[in-house]
This record gives sequence, structure tokens and C-alpha cells, in this order.
Amino acid sequence: MEDKPEGFEGPGFFATSLDKVVGLARKNSLWPLPFATSCCGIEFMATMASTYDIARFGAERPSFSPRQADVLMVMGTIAKKMGPVLRQVYEQMAEPKWVIAVGACASSGGIFDTYSVLQGIDRIIPVDVYVPGCPPRPEQILQGIMRVQDLAATESLRRRESPEYKALLAKYEIQ
Amino acid sequence: MGALTHSFITEKLQAKFGDKIGLVEEPYNLLTITFDRSILLDLLNYLYKEDDLGFTFLTDLTGVHFTSPEDILGVVYHLHNLPENVRLRLKTFFPKEDPYIDSATSVFMSANWMERETYDFYGILFKGHPNLKRILNVDDLGYFPLRKEYALEDPTRQDKDDSYFGR
Amino acid sequence: MITTSGQPHKDLEHLDNDHLTTLNLGPTHPATHGVFQNILKMDGERIVDAEPTVGYIHRAFEKIAERRAYYQITTLTDRMNYCSAPINNMGWHMTVEKLAGIELPKRVEYMRIVVMELSRIADHLICNSILGVDTGAFTGFLYIMQSREQIYEIFEEICGARLTTNMGRIGGFERDFNDIAIRKIDAFLEDYPKVLQEFENLFNRNRIFMDRCIGAGAISAERALNYGFTGPNLRAAGVDYDVRVTQPYSSYQDFDFIVPVGINGDTYDRFMVRNVEMWQSLSIIKQAMDKIKKLPRGVFHAEVPEFYLPPKEDVYSQMEALIWHFKIVMGETEIPKGEVYHSIEGANGELGFYLISDGGRTPYRLHFRRPCFIYYQAFPEMVKGQLISDAVVTMSSLNLIAGEMDA
Repeated sequence: MEDKPEGFEGPGFFATSLDKVVGLARKNSLWPLPFATSCCGIEFMATMASTYDIARFGAERPSFSPRQADVLMVMGTIAKKMGPVLRQVYEQMAEPKWVIAVGACASSGGIFDTYSVLQGIDRIIPVDVYVPGCPPRPEQILQGIMRVQDLAATESLRRRESPEYKALLAKYEIQ
Repeated sequence: MGALTHSFITEKLQAKFGDKIGLVEEPYNLLTITFDRSILLDLLNYLYKEDDLGFTFLTDLTGVHFTSPEDILGVVYHLHNLPENVRLRLKTFFPKEDPYIDSATSVFMSANWMERETYDFYGILFKGHPNLKRILNVDDLGYFPLRKEYALEDPTRQDKDDSYFGR
Repeated sequence: MITTSGQPHKDLEHLDNDHLTTLNLGPTHPATHGVFQNILKMDGERIVDAEPTVGYIHRAFEKIAERRAYYQITTLTDRMNYCSAPINNMGWHMTVEKLAGIELPKRVEYMRIVVMELSRIADHLICNSILGVDTGAFTGFLYIMQSREQIYEIFEEICGARLTTNMGRIGGFERDFNDIAIRKIDAFLEDYPKVLQEFENLFNRNRIFMDRCIGAGAISAERALNYGFTGPNLRAAGVDYDVRVTQPYSSYQDFDFIVPVGINGDTYDRFMVRNVEMWQSLSIIKQAMDKIKKLPRGVFHAEVPEFYLPPKEDVYSQMEALIWHFKIVMGETEIPKGEVYHSIEGANGELGFYLISDGGRTPYRLHFRRPCFIYYQAFPEMVKGQLISDAVVTMSSLNLIAGEMDA
């Protein structure tokens, strides 16, 4: 159960600040875009199944359409051939969006230090949460989602228009 | 069953193709025949269509690169006669500067992508292949990565500090 | 208009590209389980041609294998067909044992069979339940993933990991099956038949499922053989080729099982063949567990000091064990030179390992004969003239695993 945010309560009303309410709403209905390429994708399937239920975090509707998704979960190795595709999917997502890099391959290339594997997706898109493991257990993936929930709950409503965020996107050459 | 012995196959092939059949050996009980690349299509068709040979299944097609004693590329075919349960390995080698060989796609449809993969990795050019372009790597990779002279890691990578890796 | 074979298709020369729409069933799509792409040329809803593209997860396994010692390559083989990783591990160990001429005790071979058949069940379970999800039935997936969690627990007891197991060593296993593992396997043998029966009741005679799947993506036996099909996809087309029967490895000849064969080679036949194979795998595991319980405990590896690391207590106390440990890790043991091809019945078909060794610490050349890569070439031929929903169901029933396809 959720804790009530701080506010002023009275008979029939509850007053708090807008960003706390918006944060509460956002964090409890994060719709993931499962960008599953390899073995970590199978652990995500196990996370979606009933033993490590992801529906209790509000994320049971995986949206394969980027326009409707909130969290881009990159699970698995990203090869250099796949890089432009990932970049395009990230750019198509609407703000606010978060990125989780699940697994060692998405975080840093993993065990594949080869000519054809992108050494970490943070070379092409900004990443919010890294979940290490090869593959990470479903509990770890859930912890990654909970960290994104913390980010979503405490984020300022004006963060996405702020100059720091624009500088971050400019560093990756994303318009 | 039992009529298709290694000596029977070897004698038939040597009778038909003469000195184009080279070294014959049996490592780990698999008959391995090295042949000259000019007879490839005749050899595969003969093995496919002859009633008492009947190698109608192409299990595997791959390439090899040897650097000593000479710099040669090779193609290795694994065939299988399913009813008699006999396997056969065919090998052919040619110099790296002249990497041309006929394509087996006219005999086996499964050779299509396997030859593309061999081209992608070694640069072996298959004459008569319908669509010989790279399959696994990016199209503009520029070199043939599985050849022995190329390293495993990405050559354009700047951020790796060799002192941490003991190089 | 060019087809995948590069030649203009003679039936469709009257159609020009203006009348056809191009649909990109791209690398990221819920229908493609894994990253491979299909560019479909469509006439309304009918598919006129398809061009598959692979390589979106090419990790250069064959090049990596030239730089890793024999015992390190096991971790690479895990990640090829990651739904049934122990089968790949065992196949690689058997290849090195064939090269080095190592014979295993019967108990070890039976333990390997238990592990391989459990992972075969795990793989077919995912394939069939995801086929159900593609036709809209999410319930089957949720119910049957519980059994996969049970199999994960068994793997955790045996080797410590759920998915990418790195199970076994060259010469056997790293530890014996302990009591908890044997209890869990027996519990699985009790629980799974009921789950599978429920799954079959949900799908086998379901009118909607049958209408979707019968006739979708059919291929004849001759075309399938020419395209290099193996495994359940070939058996669904009518050819009873199973590597476990034709070249028995790891004592499969001591076991009694049937090889199911389909008639039409369409999606429904592939689904049914996989279901029957799961029942057969259950029977093989039961026979193997009975045989294992009769043999003396404690035998879990062959006596091959050149390949099998000695126990750590001996390494720290005895000189010979220390020397063997050093030699194995540094790669100074005697590995024969030669070339060997060994194939096993993976969950998708004949998984082959072609190994050329030059006596050094790492292989000179290692090539994986990957069944997914070879039979995906036939996909355009299988879906030509069908609707796009049939293409989705066909792709799902072929059990294409991107890690194995691109290796």
C-alpha cells in the first residue's frame, strides 16, 4: 500500500502539491516497452509471469508501441546493427520517459568484447538505471523498476524542459 | 544397410573423378575427402543423384582459414545420407588471393545462407549465388572478420586502457 | 520484381511494385520473438513475397571461441539457444570428449540425459505457450511458466544458475545431484503431467486455435529436407530424423521412447509434435531417474585429470592436484590435434559442433551448426500466398531463437 504524501487534510479534502500527486500517479503505472533481444528477455518473461509478478507495480501492460510507453527496458545484447533501431525507438517515445539497461550486455557490452557488439547502450541513448547480472534474477529486475519508480515519484514536473536535460540530450545528439 | 562403406564411397569417387580427389582420411570415423574446387558441382550432383550413394542432405557448410604453411582459405561441406545413416565431409582449399568457388545452391537450397555467412566471415566468393551479400555483420563493415589477421575486439575503440588488461 | 532467390517470380511478373505495399515486420515487434526482420510485400492482406534479414544480435561467437580455452567456451554455448542452455553445454562437452577420447561412466551419462530432457521440456514449453499468446490466449503462458520456474529451481540446485547455466564440465558434472535436487525432480515428474494435460485441454481441440493454425505455413517433406530442416519442424513434415536415434550419444540407446511425426508440416503439426515430445521427455526422465537411483552415488565425473579440475581441498594440500590445476588453467595439458564434428538433438534440431584443434589452449576453428539459422531461409516459401496473421503464427511455431540464429 502507498503512503499518503505530505499535505493538509480536512473533512472531504486533501491538499498537497501537484508534483507529489503526479509523481504518485506516474510511478504506479509505468508502462514498459520490453526491448528484449536475448537471454535477459527470457528473464523478463519470467518476471511478467505469475511468480515474480510485474503487474503489482502497475507495469502489466507491456506496450510495444513507443508512443504509449513510459519505460524503455533494454534487455539483452545490442549489436551495432541494432543500434540505429534502438535509437529510433527511443526518439519515438514521448516524454517523460525513462530507460533501464537490464543485464551486463546492455550496460557495458557484457562478455562480448567484439567488433560487432555495442559496448553499452549508454553510448547512444541516456540511461537512468543499470541492472547488472547475466542474466539478472527477476528480483533484480524488479529492483530496477523500483528505482525508476523512485525517480518518477521525485522528479520535478519541469525537468524535461530544463537546460540540464536539454544538454544531456544534446550530448547524445538527440533532438 | 551396410553396403555404403567408406571404401565403397572412396572407390566410386576416385573412379569417377580421378586425380581431382586428393587426401582421403577418417578422423573419428567420419570419411573426409579433400578435393579440387573445379569439380564441386559435379561432385555434389554425383553424390546426390547416384542411387547407391544418395547424399541428399547438406548438414553444414563453412569456411576455414589456414595461415601456415601457406595462406589458404577452405570450404568444408558435411553431407548426410539419411536412409543409410552415413556422413561424409568434403574439404577444398584455395589460395586467399583467388577465393572463387562455385555455389552449391543449385543442388541444396540450405546452402544459400550458409554461403552468405561464409562470404561474410572469410570473403570467399561463390559463383552463381543468387544474392551474395553480408548476412550477419553490418553491410559496410569493410573487412572479413574471421580471417586470422584480424583481432577480436573493435579496432576503432578509443576508451579501452591497455594497461588494465595486461597488454 | 525480385524475390529472395534473386530471380523475378514468374507468377507475379504482371504485378508491379505500385500495387503492392511493403510492410516491415521489423526487428522490434511483438510478433518476432527475438530480433530478426522481415520485409513483406503484400497485396492487401496476402503476402506476395518476404525477405528476411538477420544479424541484429550477431555477437561473433565463432571468433570469440578462437580466443577462449575449452572450458571457457561452455559459457558461450549457454547464450546460443538460451531457452534450453544445458543442451548446448552438454553438446559442447561431448564434442571435446569425442576429440580427446574420454569415456564417461553410465551414471554421468544418465544425469546428462535428465538435464537435457528437462531443458527440452523447458524450450518446447516456451515455444508452445508463446504460440498460444500469439493467437490471443495469454492464460496458457501464465499457467505453464510456473512449470518453467520449477525447472529453474532444479537447475539452480544442480549448477547454481537459472537460465545461462554453464552446467557440467568436460568429463562430467561439477557436483553430484544432491537430495534436494532429486526431490525436486521427482516433484516435477508428479506435477508436470497435470499441467501439461490442462494445457492440452485448452489448446488441442480448441476451435479457434485449430482454425488459426491448421494450414498455416505448411511445407512438404522434400522441400524441408532440401532446406536443411531438422528437429521438430522436420518431424512435423513427416520425416522421422532424430539424432538421438540415428547416432545415439550419451547412452540414449538404453532408453525407450517414440519419435512423433506429423503429416502436413503446418503450424498445428509442429505444435502437436512438440507436445508429444514433452510427454516423451517426461518418460525418458522417469526412466533415467530410476536408473540413476540404482547406481552407486558419488560417481559424477570421469577420471580425466587433464580436463577435470581437481577438488579445491586437494589443490591446497596435494602436489599433483596443484600441478594438474595449474596445467589445466594455463592450457598446458595434452589436447589432441584433429577435427571432429559432433551433433546432438537440440530443442530446435540438429545442433552441430565442428571443431578443429591444433593442440593449443584454444580451438583453431569452432563452427556451430545452428538449426534456426538454416531453416529460417525457408520462411518466405512457407508464407507465400498466406495472410499476415498466418505469417505471425508460422514464425512463432518455428521456434526461432535470435541468439542461436546469429551466434
